[in-house]
Amino acid sequence: MKKVKTAQELKNLQEEIKNSRDPEKPCITICAGTGCLTYGSQKLVDNFRAEIEKQNLKGKVEVRASGCHGFCERGPLVVINPQNIFYQRVGLDDAEEIIKETVLNGQIIDRLLYVDPVTQEKILHEDEIPFYKRQMRLVFGMNGNIDPNSLEDYLAIGGYSALIKVLNGMEPEAVIEEIKTAGLRGRGGGGFSMGLKWEATRKAPGLPKYIICNADEGDPGAYMDRSLLEGNPYSILEGMLIGAYAIGSDTGYIYVRNEYPLAVKNITIAVDKARELGILGKDILGSGFDFDVLIVRGGGAFVCGEETALIASIEGRSGEPRAKYVFPSERGLYNKPTNINNVETWANVPLIINKGAEWYRSIGTENSKGTKIFALVGKINNTGLVEVPMGITLREIVYDIGGGIPKGRKFKAVQVGGPSGGCIPESHLDLQVDFDALSKVGSMMGSGGMIVMDDRTCMVDVALYFLKFLEEESCGKCTPCREGVHQMRLILERITEGNGKEEDLKTIEWMGKAIIDGSLCGLGATAPNPVLSTLRYFRDEYEAHIKEKRCPAGVCKALITYTIDPELCTGCMVCAKICPVEAATGEKKEVHTIDQDKCIKCGACFESCKFDAVKVS
Amino acid sequence: MKTRVKKIIDKYHSDKGFLVPILQDVQKEYNYLNREALNLVSAFLEVPISQLYELGTFYKAFSLEPRGRHEMKLCTGTACHVRGVSLMKDNIERILQIQAGETTPDLEFTFETVNCLGACALGPILVVDGEYHGNLSISKTNRILKKLGKKVKIDEES
Repeated sequence: MKKVKTAQELKNLQEEIKNSRDPEKPCITICAGTGCLTYGSQKLVDNFRAEIEKQNLKGKVEVRASGCHGFCERGPLVVINPQNIFYQRVGLDDAEEIIKETVLNGQIIDRLLYVDPVTQEKILHEDEIPFYKRQMRLVFGMNGNIDPNSLEDYLAIGGYSALIKVLNGMEPEAVIEEIKTAGLRGRGGGGFSMGLKWEATRKAPGLPKYIICNADEGDPGAYMDRSLLEGNPYSILEGMLIGAYAIGSDTGYIYVRNEYPLAVKNITIAVDKARELGILGKDILGSGFDFDVLIVRGGGAFVCGEETALIASIEGRSGEPRAKYVFPSERGLYNKPTNINNVETWANVPLIINKGAEWYRSIGTENSKGTKIFALVGKINNTGLVEVPMGITLREIVYDIGGGIPKGRKFKAVQVGGPSGGCIPESHLDLQVDFDALSKVGSMMGSGGMIVMDDRTCMVDVALYFLKFLEEESCGKCTPCREGVHQMRLILERITEGNGKEEDLKTIEWMGKAIIDGSLCGLGATAPNPVLSTLRYFRDEYEAHIKEKRCPAGVCKALITYTIDPELCTGCMVCAKICPVEAATGEKKEVHTIDQDKCIKCGACFESCKFDAVKVS
Repeated sequence: MKTRVKKIIDKYHSDKGFLVPILQDVQKEYNYLNREALNLVSAFLEVPISQLYELGTFYKAFSLEPRGRHEMKLCTGTACHVRGVSLMKDNIERILQIQAGETTPDLEFTFETVNCLGACALGPILVVDGEYHGNLSISKTNRILKKLGKKVKIDEES
């Protein structure tokens, strides 16, 4: 692509690309986000391309491998435009049929349509599906319209308009004011005002100034940052460019998890192309503003999501946080003023500049503006990424968008905010989700993981799970976190093994408080949350483990036994065949039994029994 | 080995700020961080070997031991956890007779858990040599391991 030298030239290029595109030209978009790729959608893309070649349709029909569409549950997803026909669970060999029937003849293939589980109606268009209908996909919605490796695609949907606007005469202070007025708060967990952070970094003495995009998304169960980086890397770059201009920074870093190879690849391509076009480098668009971006791959440490640890890691040290008496905005990377924001926060910036702070303010609640992307996962029918306006209720997210709990089981809790978040019980389902409301019920926004749990999830086990995770990821620098979390884990483990004592609950409560007060960084200061929140709402489950030596959800191995219901057993012998220790035995067509002395509680018989005859108690 | 390590370091302009990516590339080249390569990095960049070991033991991505021919990564993210992945973990550990994070003595298998693969719709998930196996069950792990040459009882019908 030819280098553009002025804002006007970039604008002209945008127009040129827009005009060269025929909106009526058939376009097959295949979701190639990580979820769909896992289903094999790359093969599907290849098949579509081969088929286009075979049928001599090159130039007449476009095939686009796009970023994540969010509805991972129903992948692989294919959208056919201009009609906006939505096909789901597309088979890898369906390419030929789709081109012949739908693209060329306008016929709908019934079996690929989404069926509304409530009304049993077949739904034709993406935006009519309940999963999408209740969302507000301002940041994430563009993913489906572009090939993440095509800068032209991004320009065609008006990409870099915000950059043009800013470099066309907006003063840096005015940009900061706009972001401040919009009320955008950090989406990475902290929830701090982005505008204030920018302002502090701009005003801090010392040059150079750095900006960093935190893409070290380590929360197990959250993947929105990855999907943005994979699906629309340009919007993040655009946000960073605007931020750098406002702050007065000439170097930016993107710190991305090495476990996200596709994200690394796509953002690298985006940076290269931006350099080629001349919107990264020296004297960008003739404005005298210099800026370039370096990509740093993380080493796989959860604590590096904490900003001071992340800075240490970029400097080539191990990622240990430091006490924040002085904020990174004063002294950050290489001791220079540094502004760190999360991927999703950066991606919101172009939107605010384009549409204005007032418009942005109109979405959301009093102190939380805009939308938030959540990863809706766990025991939920519609697993996927959902972008909703702040203030929507948990019930709407879980039931209207998420489609409720699989197999009609009972909702128990939703865990929001990642390992340092908290479990929210059914009684708070009508909570309006925003930064403050979540904190009030003992949870947090975090990075936006939302894990739904049903009556077969043991809350003690979940708390133990998070403690184990945090114990492993604690960097070990400060004692309350290193030793405190370790001791809490030992106590919880004892409880799940049936050796809990009544005073244990009191101990973990005060220990939790001590860890919160005494820890150096956010990881330690929030580590007890999963325990304290489950203890707050599900104390009875803890007590059942301790007093009755019983796991009500049937999860904790030491407290359960597998038995066979003689009424339901048909003597099919599957359990006997599969049992690795020959504990399940019996003759053909006769009731089987499980020898409790031999049983290792591996769960194989429970899983394989087709007659639900194996019971957990 | 000298030229291979030098090539990696040159890629990052011998910048000490890129120690983590340099070690990542070294690990990719040799499948683990071997002593000899670390010595070379230390000499080329003039950083103490202790600093390289600090990084090598701090970050999860690094391994100081050789890794197995087959790499098995089991997702133990929260979504997979609530869907019962720990039963499958126990099953794999039992069959391979190693704990997660270890390599079998014959260097055939390295089995480890990872925190989230971001494909939660398919959870639980096991990645074997780069291939994803979604909606994992105990019997699926049995079948996968049997295919890779382990002696496992499986139920033919399922």
